[in-house]
Amino acid sequence: MAEITANPESVKVVKKVRVAPAVQNWLGVLPFFLFVIVFLILPSTNLFAGAFQDQQGHFTLNNVKVILDPFVLKSYLVSLQVSVITSLLGGVMGFFIAYAITIGRAPRWMRAVLMSFSGLAANFGGVPLAFAFIATLGHTGFLTGILKHICFPAAGGAQTCPFDIYNAGFNLYSVTGLTLTYLYFQFPLMVLTIAPALEGLKREWREASQNLGGNTFHYWWHVALPILWPSILGSSILLFASAFGAYATAQALTGGTIYLVTIMIGAQIRGDVLNNPNEGYALAIGMVVVMAVCIVVYSLLQRRTTRWLKS
Amino acid sequence: MKTRKLNLWALFWAIVGLLYFFVPLYGTLDFSLRMERGRLSLKAYQVVLSDPQFLASFRYSATMGLITVAVSILLFLPTVYWLHLKLPQARPIVEILTTLPFIIPVIVFVFGLIRTFSGPPFHLTESAFTTDILITAGYVVLSMPYMYRSIDIGMRTIDVRGLTEAAQSLGSNWFQILFNVILPNLRGAVLGGALISFALVIGELILGDFLVRPALGPYMVQVGRDAAYEPAAMAMLSWGLTWICLILIQFAGRGRGSAPQLTGR
Repeated sequence: MAEITANPESVKVVKKVRVAPAVQNWLGVLPFFLFVIVFLILPSTNLFAGAFQDQQGHFTLNNVKVILDPFVLKSYLVSLQVSVITSLLGGVMGFFIAYAITIGRAPRWMRAVLMSFSGLAANFGGVPLAFAFIATLGHTGFLTGILKHICFPAAGGAQTCPFDIYNAGFNLYSVTGLTLTYLYFQFPLMVLTIAPALEGLKREWREASQNLGGNTFHYWWHVALPILWPSILGSSILLFASAFGAYATAQALTGGTIYLVTIMIGAQIRGDVLNNPNEGYALAIGMVVVMAVCIVVYSLLQRRTTRWLKS
Repeated sequence: MKTRKLNLWALFWAIVGLLYFFVPLYGTLDFSLRMERGRLSLKAYQVVLSDPQFLASFRYSATMGLITVAVSILLFLPTVYWLHLKLPQARPIVEILTTLPFIIPVIVFVFGLIRTFSGPPFHLTESAFTTDILITAGYVVLSMPYMYRSIDIGMRTIDVRGLTEAAQSLGSNWFQILFNVILPNLRGAVLGGALISFALVIGELILGDFLVRPALGPYMVQVGRDAAYEPAAMAMLSWGLTWICLILIQFAGRGRGSAPQLTGR
């Protein structure tokens, strides 16, 4: 601290020293805030503003009605359908696999392989994932070929090939195919996020339940699941969000023929398919709203989880 | 003892998981080796790796990846350091800001970028160079959650104040403190964040596609449309790269934070 003297010059200095640190402290993070404001906040608010303007720039709520456009409505429904189904299926699969490799005592080598592959597959998305599934389950794919040639003699000297999946109506370039493809990163994501919670279940709780005469069902229903459900729900929301925002896999797999919201937004950016840019902004902001709800619920659940599962 | 019994239910699910992992992996490998009729060969890989367009787009994406890493270290390292040293009360705000890219889907983000910067007053998409500036900023935003969190977690493990005071008493200026004292102590964290960011840029499709730059993602989509065996070979290569990146990240950071996401969806 500078000393105060009678000299008016140094009084000024003292004032400067007292005010400066607070300002200086914020100056240190100014580049970061500038960057975030220009390249993240500005583009987002710009879309947001566009969603509530008409083409002349006046405020309007009409663009929100874009959701009633049959194509837009359909795209939201398909996106929701794919996200809900893959997060439910991926959630259930991931939960049981996490169970198998944590408290389920699966063989040790399986545990090691599953754990490290979960890390890999949860990170494997986008265009290469679509290619992998085309090579496996496409028209001439590896698995398609194997399944097609499993044939049995049928009545009248003919052959029946019950696993010719394309003959049976399967198509990789459809919502079903997309679901199978998304599951490749969905269930590993579940394994990674739920395994720590399963490991946090204390052996004493199970023993206490047994001592009180409870069987396996009682333990899971009355003890384990009530503790786990916030983690399970939280992880499922994470899965939902990761499928809902996905674009690259669907684009590379189907060439944009499945109308997900993300694909729809892509088409809107390329060529204004809605014939109204402002409705396009509303369409995009709708996605952010859905994602924001997910993240808020997720962080609330996260807070609940940490209460029980602290080691 | 009951605990010794083999748990069939667990075994069943473990096998389901293994099959789901390995069937597409093996299928892709098998498919990628069958470009030459009737025999297994590495032809598809040869074709991919010798395609000048592949090399050009790979070079572009790798360059952008390096630039992104450099910019984000220059931006986030001082910021996180300063937050820990002088502005701990601002950390919650910054944490929320850095998770925003998770909430805004990339396709929406690129929509916002185009609407904001392609027209007046910025006109950034009118030349290749300014578009590259825009796309770099976009990549830095996308890698922000990983880079920030990686550096933040690393910074928590070191005595920021102690190191700073020691360096100051030896006469260091801010630049020296940051890059000669703090950075070497955060090597693992910064390297982990850098690898994730680099891998993210390499695998990124949306920014490169919609800002119309010759990146690897759009190239792969185009090959996927035109060819049969090469995409499978590229999927295998990308699998290998992801694997290597994850191993390096493991070495660099030893299991911190949540799972990174390397390729865009």
